[in-house]
Amino acid sequence: MRMLEFKKVTKSFDGPEGKVTALDGVSLSVRPGEFLAVRGPSGCGKTTLLLTAGGLLRPNAGQVNLDGNDPYALGPETRSKMRARMIGFVFQQFHLIPYLTVRQNILAPSLALPAKGAGQRAQELVSHFGLDDRAGHVPSQLSTGQRQRTALARALLNKPKIILADEPTGNLDEGNADIVFGYLSQYVAEGGCVLLVTHDVRTAAHATRTLQMVDGRLIE
Amino acid sequence: MKIWHILVKEILHRWRSFALGIFAVIVAVGSLTGALTLLKVHDLHTQKILTEKEEETEKKMAILKDEMRKATLKLKFNLLILPKQQSIRDLHIKGYPSEYMPEEYVTRLANSGIITVRHFLPSLQQRIKWPEKNRTITLVGARGEVPNLYKDPRKPLVQPVPQGTIVLGYGLHYSLGLQVGDKVKLLGREFTVHKCYEERGSKDDFTAWIHLRQAQELLDKEGLINAILALECICQGVEGLLEKIRTEIEQILPGTQVIEKGTKALARAEARVKVGQEAKAAVERERRHRTQMRSEREFFAAVLVPLVMVACAVWVGLLAFNNVRDRKTEIGIQRAIGFRARQIMFLFLTKFLVMGLLGGALGIFVGLGFGRWLGLTLEEDIGGIAAGELFNPGLLFLVLIIAPVLTVISGWIPTMIAIRQDPAEALREE
Repeated sequence: MRMLEFKKVTKSFDGPEGKVTALDGVSLSVRPGEFLAVRGPSGCGKTTLLLTAGGLLRPNAGQVNLDGNDPYALGPETRSKMRARMIGFVFQQFHLIPYLTVRQNILAPSLALPAKGAGQRAQELVSHFGLDDRAGHVPSQLSTGQRQRTALARALLNKPKIILADEPTGNLDEGNADIVFGYLSQYVAEGGCVLLVTHDVRTAAHATRTLQMVDGRLIE
Repeated sequence: MKIWHILVKEILHRWRSFALGIFAVIVAVGSLTGALTLLKVHDLHTQKILTEKEEETEKKMAILKDEMRKATLKLKFNLLILPKQQSIRDLHIKGYPSEYMPEEYVTRLANSGIITVRHFLPSLQQRIKWPEKNRTITLVGARGEVPNLYKDPRKPLVQPVPQGTIVLGYGLHYSLGLQVGDKVKLLGREFTVHKCYEERGSKDDFTAWIHLRQAQELLDKEGLINAILALECICQGVEGLLEKIRTEIEQILPGTQVIEKGTKALARAEARVKVGQEAKAAVERERRHRTQMRSEREFFAAVLVPLVMVACAVWVGLLAFNNVRDRKTEIGIQRAIGFRARQIMFLFLTKFLVMGLLGGALGIFVGLGFGRWLGLTLEEDIGGIAAGELFNPGLLFLVLIIAPVLTVISGWIPTMIAIRQDPAEALREE
């Protein structure tokens, strides 16, 4: 069973210097329990791959399947619900909401997908990620490692089937990067799957499979 | 956590922008309320000025009216009704009428329905020798006023001389050493001095007044009189009045003639009417002046208020655009974690709604205070007007509906931009 599948997906943009092809006939699949790392230099199309996988960027051609459904065949509202239910996002810049506390940031996805016990789950995640003493702090009062752990906890609140991570360790030191990889690996071990895009060569040590991306194309 | 937690937290996080938005709404609502309050202060002041002027005019008119009554009395009477055969030349030479007419004429006149004359005073006058005192005097027999039955009763202007009494002019009582209560004989009949007049400097100083009936007996002119004095002929409208009264009286009493007495009273009456007309014209002029002033202020408000409101709406719109730009990534991540478009819309529009409500509520009081202050400054001598007098609950209700609606409209386009923005674009830019 494939959690995520790309079939000859192409995505291009009109740039100031003409058309830019960010994804050029990309095909890939990610299974539950798999930690797939896509490595490549900046501008090779990694973030486009991730956003397309997350139902946020409609491809020009090809097909995307998420848990057997094409997210782009759904209406915007249904696609939003699907994202809330199935996907957890982690970004290099963390993208925490600046005026919410750690606990509130972790709880934010519950507003998109209300569920009983969200508060308790958030508290468990706060403890799990070692953020108890920072639960009432806003992001500007946190270290970069704490911010990324908060972002990771937020991504896990709704128990997603896949985590899409864009350079999650890009702003972290080695220690914090190892902690984040440790949590991701644990998530995969518990049956989740991760698609991670990065330029960091150290990722290979944590991923179950690594692909190289060059000019919008994937190379095994 | 509920979605309004995010709303409140965001407002508190960007409180400066929110405060600027509220300020814009306060300015917009304040200018509207201020203009309306200013006009209300103007109206109250106008009402006060006109009421004062009208009261002042009424007082002045009452004083003039009273003065007129007194003047009419002092100047004797307005009209003298004489037998037709009476020579006016003889009247002026002798100082009293020498022809006679029936006393019944006065009753006929009083019952005739004539409305231009209020009272009638019949009299019998004759120059006689006062043998007991060896003086020549004018003897006047008077019976008091006969009221016009077709007019409202009024206090009599002349008190009647009671029977058996005599009223003496200054020249007589002074030279004869008589006082009120003294007994005196006239043509063989005894009278008690009822009143002694002060010096008037006229033939009255050598006149004695007794009751008409007794005068008729003493002069052997029973049932006859030789003059009827018409009192308070002048009531309203002077122009052509004399001619009107004259015609009216001559129709009722064909054997009589009417001459004018007391021209000064007529002049005063004319002046009184003119003063009254002038006072009314002054009130009218003030009313027109105030109306014009109000129109000017209304015009000024009609131009300025919409301009201020549009400027404030643009201001709120720009703040909203800025807010959307600042929150581009935030909106992107909210969309990425599954927030639906209507939730984003709720976050923005509710913020504008709250902004409009708060700004509207504060603006109405700011406008009320400012309008009151400006009104009191522009309208001198108005004194204090309680704010409660200017407060309009209907306006508050209207503003609390209109201000949020307009604020939401101002923020509508930026909100639409926010919900339509591509989250991927925002996240890729980062």
